[in-house]
Amino acid sequence: MSNAVAAKPQEGKKAQGKPRNYDLGNGINRFSRARMFHKKAIYKFLGKTTPKKVVEKKPVTVEKQIGGEKNGQTRTVLLKKRRSSYPTADLIKKRPSKKCFSQHVRHLRASIVPGTILILLAGPHKGKRVVFMKQLKSGLLLVNGPFLINGCPLRRIHQNYVIATSTKIDMSGVKLPENVNDEYFKRVHEKRAKKEEGDIFAVKKTKYVPSAQRKVDQKLVDSMIVDAIKKSGEKKTMFAYLATMFGLRSSQYPHRMKF
Amino acid sequence: MPFERFVQTGRVAYVSHGSNKGKLVAIVDVIDQNRVLVDGPAAKIPRGQMSLSNLHLTKFRLKFPFTGSTRVVRKAWEAGKIERKWKETVWAQKVAAKEKRAALSDYDRFKLRKAKRVRNALRTEAFYRLKKVAKKSKRPVKPTKK
Repeated sequence: MSNAVAAKPQEGKKAQGKPRNYDLGNGINRFSRARMFHKKAIYKFLGKTTPKKVVEKKPVTVEKQIGGEKNGQTRTVLLKKRRSSYPTADLIKKRPSKKCFSQHVRHLRASIVPGTILILLAGPHKGKRVVFMKQLKSGLLLVNGPFLINGCPLRRIHQNYVIATSTKIDMSGVKLPENVNDEYFKRVHEKRAKKEEGDIFAVKKTKYVPSAQRKVDQKLVDSMIVDAIKKSGEKKTMFAYLATMFGLRSSQYPHRMKF
Repeated sequence: MPFERFVQTGRVAYVSHGSNKGKLVAIVDVIDQNRVLVDGPAAKIPRGQMSLSNLHLTKFRLKFPFTGSTRVVRKAWEAGKIERKWKETVWAQKVAAKEKRAALSDYDRFKLRKAKRVRNALRTEAFYRLKKVAKKSKRPVKPTKK
């Protein structure tokens, strides 16, 4: 059906047909000149000529009578008036606007897919082996220890601070809660106290305490990952693996090693 | 025992450097002090010159006339069963082990470490048990291999 629509001549455009003849690949055409003569039915048009259409020339100028003496009586005037003014300098062109961070194209290393075991290289949890969940809209990686095994909660990290291993957990049964996104991990800054209240230099120390929501989500995600590990049949070794910190011995060079 | 591994026609050598690293070739002719004409029909190395600094000599030697053609070399190679003999050597096994170790992933290395720990614990325990027995009988007991 779509073909029939495409074949219909569109407004203002002539329908383009395919050439009947084609190259066989070695510079020889499928049909000879004689065959094409019949295919195109050229014999119908031999000796016939279509009469040429005579297009009348439209006048560009017009001759106008001019009054007054010593004016030459007539003037040729352009029918289409020229522009009355031209710019003296080039206009400043508008530059294409730069893309915001939110519009940047996110890139993810091919070796990182959901379920990949990552080795963290930065932050308070560096050296830990964690499970990659997904890439967030900001481009950061969402990882999880799981918290139950190695104490690394659901958190974000940039992929530059991570070694991807070839070990993977089957994450087909894991479904992340909808509310876990970049907004979820945003830091909450408390507003500073007003001047009049006591010493302005007294810095209030607030200890981070995970919210009730986070605790619930953490438990949920942990249980899903633990289930996925159990299904793989390597529960004991995988648990021990995730619980163990990564380290290098002598004569071990990370750039020469396979992960 | 006199020195027996010479740079000579028919000597099988291990390529230690370059794009053919890890393959075996046979020396066909000696060009000069530093270079030899080699041929590796089994490893598909075309006949050509190679620097002796890139070759490690093995204990194997084939019998064929010097400057023998590739066909002659291949025939001698197959008759000498070099591929099989090479695989049985400790040298080849070490090379294979090294390759295997390099190919291990992070998880494999972890599992290897755990397995080693278990083995060493067993061994230490066995050793102390033997030591205890030896101390009791006062006469030194020859430790049996576990």
